[in-house]
Amino acid sequence: MMRWVIGSVMIAFGGILVWGVMSLPGGDGLTVKVEERMEMSGVTHPVTAVLLNFRGYDTLLEIGVLLLALFGVYSLRRSRPDPTGVSVSHPFLLALTRLLVPVMILMGGYLFWSGAYAPGGAFQAGAVLGAAGVLLYLNGFDLPGRKKEWLLRLYLAIGFVFFLGIGGGLVAAGNRLLEYPPDLAGSLIIIIEAGLTLSIGFILAELYISNSSLEIGPDVFVTEKG
Amino acid sequence: MIEALTLFDGLLGFLLLGLAWSVLASKDLFRSVVLFIVFGLIMAMAWVRLKAPDIALAEAAIGTGLTGVLLLDTLGFISRNRSEGKSKEKQGRKGTE
Repeated sequence: MMRWVIGSVMIAFGGILVWGVMSLPGGDGLTVKVEERMEMSGVTHPVTAVLLNFRGYDTLLEIGVLLLALFGVYSLRRSRPDPTGVSVSHPFLLALTRLLVPVMILMGGYLFWSGAYAPGGAFQAGAVLGAAGVLLYLNGFDLPGRKKEWLLRLYLAIGFVFFLGIGGGLVAAGNRLLEYPPDLAGSLIIIIEAGLTLSIGFILAELYISNSSLEIGPDVFVTEKG
Repeated sequence: MIEALTLFDGLLGFLLLGLAWSVLASKDLFRSVVLFIVFGLIMAMAWVRLKAPDIALAEAAIGTGLTGVLLLDTLGFISRNRSEGKSKEKQGRKGTE
């Protein structure tokens, strides 16, 4: 009985969704408006222009949420996990990691840089760096800055700090939040994206690494007790 | 040429629907996670076909790569904890199943 009710609700919801998509205004949407203002954006790739300039505060909130998620994980963490303790230390994985990590760092740099004029950008670059961090951790290597905790925290926060700092600076200079002056936009976006790339990489790696020492017991996974 | 591509797109769409269904319907969690990773890769291909290479990159790197790793790790974490606290888990099973 219940499953039929749920099923029909889901079908109705799906129908509304299809109807919603079908009734979207057609045409080019905002493409024309974005293209008109491309020369003000400081970059030549429209996706980056929207993410870092026209709708910059969405991206600001995104990195804020990512940082908050890591704070949540940190608060559940028993202690700083020791990478040597969980090392998989398989010779093949080790050799592969030694081979891959330098290439991944290069790839991250390339994706970050190409974001200004081609598909790419901070989130993709950060994800590649994060994956490199996970690989390193699985082989028992320390993350850079892990020994110096303040440095690690700086890496984690720098994306948000740069973003907010530049936004706040612009407000202080009499602009609106994240309203870049067109002649500075290009360099400001590069600075923000550099910080974002680093932070996203470290945050994603730390999310994974902290997973191994979370302070939640088996009873968390039992939803209904007796 | 156009027809072949349309066929490919249709195949991609139905493959995604089928994969999504098997991710949700699979009783084995490990199987679900692996299928989810496959789903992400096919989804990335669909984004490429929709001329959204930026999203395809993000989907492949974050949606598939890191989420897959996190899910697999969580699965390992759950099964480790289950075997540690087996008595507790047995009590819980009676309640839920």
